[in-house]
Amino acid sequence: MSQGKLTFKGGVHVPEFKELTEKKSIIVADSPQLAYIPLHQHTGAPCEPIVNVGDRVKIGQKIGESSAFVSGSIHASIAGNVKEIKMMYTPTGMKVKCVVIENDGTEEMDDFGTQKNLDELTAEEIIAIIKDKGITGMGGASFPAHVKFSPPKDKPIDTLILNGAECEPYLTSDHRVMLEQPELVVLGLKAVKKALNVEKAYIAVEDNKPDAIEALKKAVDPADGIQVVALKTKYPQGDEKRIIDAVTGRKVPTGGLPMDVGCVVSNVSTSKAIAEAVLYGKPLYERVVTVTGKGIVEPKNVLARIGTPFGELIRQCGGFSAKPGKVISGGPMMGIAQFTLDAPVIKGSGGILVIPAEEVKEEPVLPCIKCGKCIEVCPSGLQPLFISAYSLKNNSEMADKYFALSCVECGACSFICPAKRPLAESIKNIKKEIIAKRKKS
Amino acid sequence: MDEKVMGPNQNGPVILDDLLIVSQSPHVRSDESVRRTMMDVLIALLPAMIGSVYFFGFNALKLILVTVIAAVGFEALIQKMFKKAIRIGDLSAVVTGVLLALNLPAGTPWWVAVFGAGFAIIIVKEFFGGIGQNFMNPALGARAALVASWPGIMTAYITPDGISAATPLQILKSGSGTLPAIQRMIFGDIGGVIGETSAILLLIGAAYLIIRNVIDWKIPVIYIGTTCALLLVLGVDSGNLLYHVLGGGLILGAFFMATDYSSSPVTPLGKIIFALGCGILTALIRVKGGLPEGVSYSILIMNVAAPLIEKYTKPKVFGEVK
Repeated sequence: MSQGKLTFKGGVHVPEFKELTEKKSIIVADSPQLAYIPLHQHTGAPCEPIVNVGDRVKIGQKIGESSAFVSGSIHASIAGNVKEIKMMYTPTGMKVKCVVIENDGTEEMDDFGTQKNLDELTAEEIIAIIKDKGITGMGGASFPAHVKFSPPKDKPIDTLILNGAECEPYLTSDHRVMLEQPELVVLGLKAVKKALNVEKAYIAVEDNKPDAIEALKKAVDPADGIQVVALKTKYPQGDEKRIIDAVTGRKVPTGGLPMDVGCVVSNVSTSKAIAEAVLYGKPLYERVVTVTGKGIVEPKNVLARIGTPFGELIRQCGGFSAKPGKVISGGPMMGIAQFTLDAPVIKGSGGILVIPAEEVKEEPVLPCIKCGKCIEVCPSGLQPLFISAYSLKNNSEMADKYFALSCVECGACSFICPAKRPLAESIKNIKKEIIAKRKKS
Repeated sequence: MDEKVMGPNQNGPVILDDLLIVSQSPHVRSDESVRRTMMDVLIALLPAMIGSVYFFGFNALKLILVTVIAAVGFEALIQKMFKKAIRIGDLSAVVTGVLLALNLPAGTPWWVAVFGAGFAIIIVKEFFGGIGQNFMNPALGARAALVASWPGIMTAYITPDGISAATPLQILKSGSGTLPAIQRMIFGDIGGVIGETSAILLLIGAAYLIIRNVIDWKIPVIYIGTTCALLLVLGVDSGNLLYHVLGGGLILGAFFMATDYSSSPVTPLGKIIFALGCGILTALIRVKGGLPEGVSYSILIMNVAAPLIEKYTKPKVFGEVK
């Protein structure tokens, strides 16, 4: 397959700003004095703490779990004493129970057991390890990986796609992982391939990362049944359904899941975490975070412990270079603006973006001129201008008829709108209304 | 917040003492704007405007200035009366003014031009909700109103030499008179409204709009293509086809009027149907109808049909289950 040919219909070119960090190697961040580890970082049921205030914990020790199937175990990221267990906000805006650990500076590791060989593990064992080590999707939604890799019997899976698109501007954490640890990414993919028993696997990367594509190609053995493919650089190429369309040509039905078309999609950083979990027994207690933006003195890609407050990482990157306007968890297109620097890094935090106050401009919203650009860019084939208009009139019925629920909230429509209308924002709001109404009836 | 993050930058430490700004994503916007879009249209019309002044002299300049000033003035006035925000800065009224001027014969009196600008802005645009809400192209709506009110003035075409003369399509329709050479039609040295005469100058502007992604090439190309195809089917001599393309305001209409955002469908398929409709109507009017040119009425009729077309041409939703 030739480079840059694979893509989907719609989408938009967003200025990337990846040059701030794309050439910077991952550096290990200092472990924080206090780690605030949320017990609910994933889609599904929250965990309950299995440690008490005053207990001493080691790095990698399990501190939270749930009996529910759709959940992800939580592990300590620093060694020290549990100072308190309290309700705190996570970067996603949820207020959840957090275990606060005070660092004792020993960096003592929990016993991860002996190194394992992939050939000696069964599919069930691999999935059990993934569950035990708390691996949840690291691309954003944090869906528990063991659930994703246990599809129901009536949904046969034949294709596994590793998502290395990283189409969000500014973010380079996946890029650096692919470039610096391609063997681990491939190893994780092999483990998942075995767990799912699929023949065909792809690693799909946007063609603005030729060095990562090169590194992955070198790390792949032709006998592995893994193909590294280049995707056209276009936002939102990394959206699950769009990447399946680009790579396989299959279209996930509206309201459906990737498994409905025989696919499973996982993020490259998740794959790396799976490799470390399966082979070395390492739980998911740290991840690569891109700390970037024009409001940061020295943007970096850092390997940070889960639970490190955003403010601490910003400090380790030289602090603010100007009065900060927005501090965003994630990228500028889908990231969540934070109200406090105490928000902790969680498993889904790919980046911390600081936009200086002077660049946060509030542009006046003008009437829609019906240019149709939002329709052109919508990756879901929607008509954002009409859904938004119905949303502003609080007409959830009509918004539903215009397939509001198929919106993937990528924000391309709001980005392109010449009248600066809050299209995606209003559609997100009406989606909540529609879902609430459906639940009631 | 108990924690203050400091940055050792040149202006001393930066201390976070204010609240952070919180809003929904996306947190970046493109540099597209309504004003920029309208500015692009004006830039694209510039060659034709300069051409009109070159060919028709001071009269053309006067008409352009009068319609633009009147259109902007009416817009500001009516927005003030309606207690709406005054939005003349978006330049849409300027575009309407220029397009209207380009649709007038060189000898049009100033007060007719002012009436036209008022009709376009007040009746067609603002009465229906202002920018983005007009159900037909304001400039074309005004032109139709002027033709109905002052048919004599509005069809008193003169050549650039100041001699009153029939347009090439009028000559074709009536069968009497001599057609100008094709080269003259390309450069604009013919009779007609001030902006429609020079095909080449209009096409330069149109190319700019397509490159800047302000208009979709499909509407004008399908429009002109359909007109040509149907004219041939209806028995028009293929030797005269170029006159039909270059004359009768087809290029001005197809590239600058049929592509008006608010009065054409927003859906991709709708745009194609809209353009087909314009082409079919133009050819039918020219061959079977009483008018020689028919571009404005074709577009106006399709403008009115646009909401209906839009309704039946919803784009296919990704993964739609039938």
